[in-house]
Amino acid sequence: MTGLPDSVSEQPVSLEADHLSCIRDDRVLFEGLSFAISSGEAIVLEGRNGTGKTSLLRILCGLRRPDEGEVRWHGVPIEKNYVDYYTHTAFVGHMDGIKRELSALENLRISRSLSGAGDMSIEQALETVRLHGYEDIPTYYLSAGQRRRVALARLLATDARLWILDEPFTSLDREGIALVENLMDRHVGSGGAMIMTSHHEVHLSTPNVRILNLSPGEAA
Amino acid sequence: MTPGRAFLDLLRRDLLLAMRRRSELANPMLFFVMVIVLFPLGVGAEPQLLEQMSAGVVWVAALLAALLTLDSIFRSDFEDGTLEQILIGAHPVPMLVLAKVIAHWLVTGLPLLLVAPVLATFLGMNPDAIGVLMLSLLLGTPVLSLIGSIGVALTVGLRRGGVILSLLVLPLYVPVLIFGAAAVDAAASGMPVTGQMYIMAAFLVLAVTLAPLAAAAALRISLS
Repeated sequence: MTGLPDSVSEQPVSLEADHLSCIRDDRVLFEGLSFAISSGEAIVLEGRNGTGKTSLLRILCGLRRPDEGEVRWHGVPIEKNYVDYYTHTAFVGHMDGIKRELSALENLRISRSLSGAGDMSIEQALETVRLHGYEDIPTYYLSAGQRRRVALARLLATDARLWILDEPFTSLDREGIALVENLMDRHVGSGGAMIMTSHHEVHLSTPNVRILNLSPGEAA
Repeated sequence: MTPGRAFLDLLRRDLLLAMRRRSELANPMLFFVMVIVLFPLGVGAEPQLLEQMSAGVVWVAALLAALLTLDSIFRSDFEDGTLEQILIGAHPVPMLVLAKVIAHWLVTGLPLLLVAPVLATFLGMNPDAIGVLMLSLLLGTPVLSLIGSIGVALTVGLRRGGVILSLLVLPLYVPVLIFGAAAVDAAASGMPVTGQMYIMAAFLVLAVTLAPLAAAAALRISLS
């Protein structure tokens, strides 16, 4: 990662989850869950399948309402502060969120106009995820791993300070995983923050990584 | 990025997507043309009968063609996750919903409007009524897309939403059909149509202001 501008945005990260509960089909996935994350921190969610990792991330994104509790961005509930919150947050979920009929460039352009442009240009972002030369091809013709990279390039091309990632390593090859880990380190190191789930072991070199286990009673 | 810019970009994106899926583009149009062409074959080619029915036939065919395409407003965005990205964007969701509905109307409603005069002539409609037919479709078809967007937003999360969508949306389409067809009939018999047109314009204003809010709220429910 040389020669790239550090995306230094003034906006610090301050997200609080306050006594969140999630009930699904009459089963309590988690309740009374509180934590906070601020600039320079990363949280890795752990827990068996079906313990609510994805639900928690969707609650943090505001895609799902918590059954109890609230999520606050700089002390204000996210639904009241959504312009500021969503400008500085990016979510990559199970679905890539890219249109297959559009090229990587066109996809990222619309992402930027929906969530705000970052310091890095689209071309730089695509080059960083090693998709140089694939900018103008409809993503339909890319492999699953390459499409994943386009989705992850969205994190770089928008002004996201908080990354919310649900299984970001899915369909990436070993080199891709190392690359993304490297990007995560840079992001957290430059004052960003990140919450993620992963079935793979995550190798981050930043010291501020916390593990949040959603299935208590199981050895972490 | 200003909200207005996001609105235009999303509108442009949806039009570009439609251009890249041209076969889907032709679908509603083909349906519209076929229904109207088949009608005289079914009921017999008596000019007077056809002329009497022409307003209703064109309007019913347009309504069903609109219904046929509704699902495409949100379905593909839902399936590839771009709808999530729209909901967690920094701009008001109702405004972006409106951009998507406008794109949908430009792609599916506007072509119907443009071929309607030809087909109406084919059914022997009184030439004086054709202008009114165009105007009624111009006011009415966007209402169909807007009302439909609420129905699709509610059913997009269901695996088999098609039947429920029709049941939800058709009753709300009925007033548009009644006033649209009545206006054309009135024009064909030389009566004033101002009343019907005002009512249809009122439907449109109501739908433009309220449907995006309702559809945005429905999308939040469907995605949670």
